[in-house]
Amino acid sequence: MEIILNNRNESLEADQLTINELLAVKNFTFKMLVVKVNGELVRRRDFDSATVKDGDDVMVLHLITGG
Amino acid sequence: MTLPEQISNYLKQFTVGIAGCGGLGSNCAVALARVGIGRLIIADFDIVTEQNLNRQYYFHDQIGRLKVHALRDNIQRINPDVVVKAFDMKLCVSDVIELFSGCNVIVEAFDKAEMKQMIIETVLTKMQPKPLVVGVGMAGWGKSTIIGARNSGNLFICGDEVSEVSDELPVLAPRVGMVANMQANEVLEILLKDFRPSN
Repeated sequence: MEIILNNRNESLEADQLTINELLAVKNFTFKMLVVKVNGELVRRRDFDSATVKDGDDVMVLHLITGG
Repeated sequence: MTLPEQISNYLKQFTVGIAGCGGLGSNCAVALARVGIGRLIIADFDIVTEQNLNRQYYFHDQIGRLKVHALRDNIQRINPDVVVKAFDMKLCVSDVIELFSGCNVIVEAFDKAEMKQMIIETVLTKMQPKPLVVGVGMAGWGKSTIIGARNSGNLFICGDEVSEVSDELPVLAPRVGMVANMQANEVLEILLKDFRPSN
């Protein structure tokens, strides 16, 4: 599938991935993060059930201490 | 009126919420006060310490004071026209909604990643379409060019998104100041969207 991940085009082998699978594939390893799919926030408890499919626009933000 | 006066005059109608008054919040608030924002709602539970002075907009003679009170004084010394509402509290979800629902834009200026996550989830799920400007990744020094800004809908992200504070990588004035001012710059872009100068 083709998705947009953080404003860049990404080609992934799978036709569909859960949020947790996508995070693993793309090496997002931080504990604290925020995910939006097509503009909607995905709650952490839904990371194993919510899916990303062809054409989706995904934003992943690592939350980093400091400020 | 000169253009800066027109901008200042236009900005008087707006209220900005600043969640946290450390390196990001204090510097961002001062930048917004200088350009003439109408109202600032600032919240923090901490006091000024000597260790804060390497990056936060406080003075040596303010050590021991509540940050929100010291920052209100500093803002009003710079621009007495800014109305400052100061809240001495550690924010939870319901506080964020209550304090900031009347703001035109909210600035996330917390230190801890957990708090950043809390306010992002709160604003994105309970306060849409309120714009939220967050600061993520500014520890250390150098690497000016990896600091950037991007947005996803009404979530605006400033910072390098990688530099986490640690014993080896402290937060210092230049980089946190860059991100804080970048946040203020995003706020201006949002608020000045419909501004038209007259001549």
